[in-house]
Amino acid sequence: MSDPAVDPEEVRHVADLARVDLADDEIERFTEQFGDILDAFEALDDVPETEREADLSNVMRPDETRESLSQDEALQNASDTEEGQFKGPKVS
Amino acid sequence: MTEYNGYVTDETIEGAEDGPLAGKTVAVKDNISTEGVRTTCGSAMLSDYVPPYDATVVERLKDAGATIPGKTNMDEFGMGTTTETSAFGPVENPIAEGRVPGGSSGGSAAVVAAGDADLALGSDTGGSIRCPAAFCGVVGIKPTYGLVSRYGLVAYANSLEQIGPIAPTVEDAAELLDIIAGPDEHDATTQEAPEADGSYAAAADGDVDGLSIGVPTELLDGADEEVVETFWDAMADLEAQGASYHEVDLPSVEHAVEAYYVIAMSEASSNLARFDGVRYGQSGGYDGNWNESFANAREEGFGEEVKRRVLLGTYALSAGYHDKYYKKAQDARAWVKQDFDEALDDADVLASPTMPVPPMKRGESLDDPLTMYLADANTTPVNLANLPAISVPAGETDDGLPVGLQLVGPAFGEREIIRAGSALA
Repeated sequence: MSDPAVDPEEVRHVADLARVDLADDEIERFTEQFGDILDAFEALDDVPETEREADLSNVMRPDETRESLSQDEALQNASDTEEGQFKGPKVS
Repeated sequence: MTEYNGYVTDETIEGAEDGPLAGKTVAVKDNISTEGVRTTCGSAMLSDYVPPYDATVVERLKDAGATIPGKTNMDEFGMGTTTETSAFGPVENPIAEGRVPGGSSGGSAAVVAAGDADLALGSDTGGSIRCPAAFCGVVGIKPTYGLVSRYGLVAYANSLEQIGPIAPTVEDAAELLDIIAGPDEHDATTQEAPEADGSYAAAADGDVDGLSIGVPTELLDGADEEVVETFWDAMADLEAQGASYHEVDLPSVEHAVEAYYVIAMSEASSNLARFDGVRYGQSGGYDGNWNESFANAREEGFGEEVKRRVLLGTYALSAGYHDKYYKKAQDARAWVKQDFDEALDDADVLASPTMPVPPMKRGESLDDPLTMYLADANTTPVNLANLPAISVPAGETDDGLPVGLQLVGPAFGEREIIRAGSALA
């Protein structure tokens, strides 16, 4: 397989998808490191297609109401709340 | 606080007055939720986060009478092999000056090695209990996937991780496993272990007469010479006590560490999406639009290793790359599982050095993430295969650096690895 050759634009794009701001020096460092790491991941090309075990089963519980966190407990770690609700940034 | 920075928070939590752990201190890794006591995951993102509930394992510790002396330092969100990526500073190895304690449960292993706690809980996603146990000269058990509840464990890569014990001896570790193991209605991936005689602690009888040990040659190739020598000395010790060994081939493990990192990073990119600074965590402010605000919170709240993994995971799952990385990694995972199952048909347990190298010098891994990832070659296959493993002290290098021996058992075969390990420690 060809070299994945990550460029700074690609790192910037992925950071954007992941909602992580990066400083310019971080982008530079990650571009180089991602090249090495993705090169190492190329070894996975040699892995044969393998049958996955199908002995998994779903675990269900009865759909009944039960105790949960109170509204106050759920809100206690939020940086800002308003009228019993989380307060987030503007949705533009 | 400790001079080697083992605790993030040293608030004491008292358990019940009576119980099998009464009078014992059990330190808890700081990614395991403790009601009313902050739980940071070693991250600035959660530096003020106080869980409104206890993890199931913490409830069980308290019911068993344990005293929790504090929350232990760790690599940020469990992402590291050296406990140097914590936002609360690195942990030093209390028994090997100038060396890392291993990670990511470095604080838990360090407080046990230093005698500042009797026992500790860690979590192991790709070796995070076994590596620090090996580097600090103590015992660590990574249980079979599904034996111990993950309810209240802040998720890094849920398909791989398990909470498990760290202790000075195999018997002590097994006793702690007896307390935390067992199904939990809050974690649908837990299951009842098949019936077996006696407790885990009772299995620590040191009887290895007739034990058949498989040694995967791939896990010795490329390991440090002194580590390999120490490993064979410990094997000779087991042989002298009546065990026998044979070499086995596990060709799949050559690809395990790459598969592990693709899967763990992919799961991390999804799990850590929740940290946007609204419900909890560092706020990104209220100006600009919500995407900018979230990206700002995550730039400030996450350290470099966490960003690296979240970005690589996002990349591996993105359109055009999913089949190349994620799907192939899942093939590798199934292959590793098959290989281990076959090898364990002809052996009671499998043995290898826990880590291919002695504890690294502090600071040397930080600029070279790939080399740090590759140090997880012997531990990550076990998580991919969902199997139980123990790390026990095997001896020391000529420079006095601790070396760990890893024993891997069949699914829910904790008693086998505890029995075998107890012949050494």
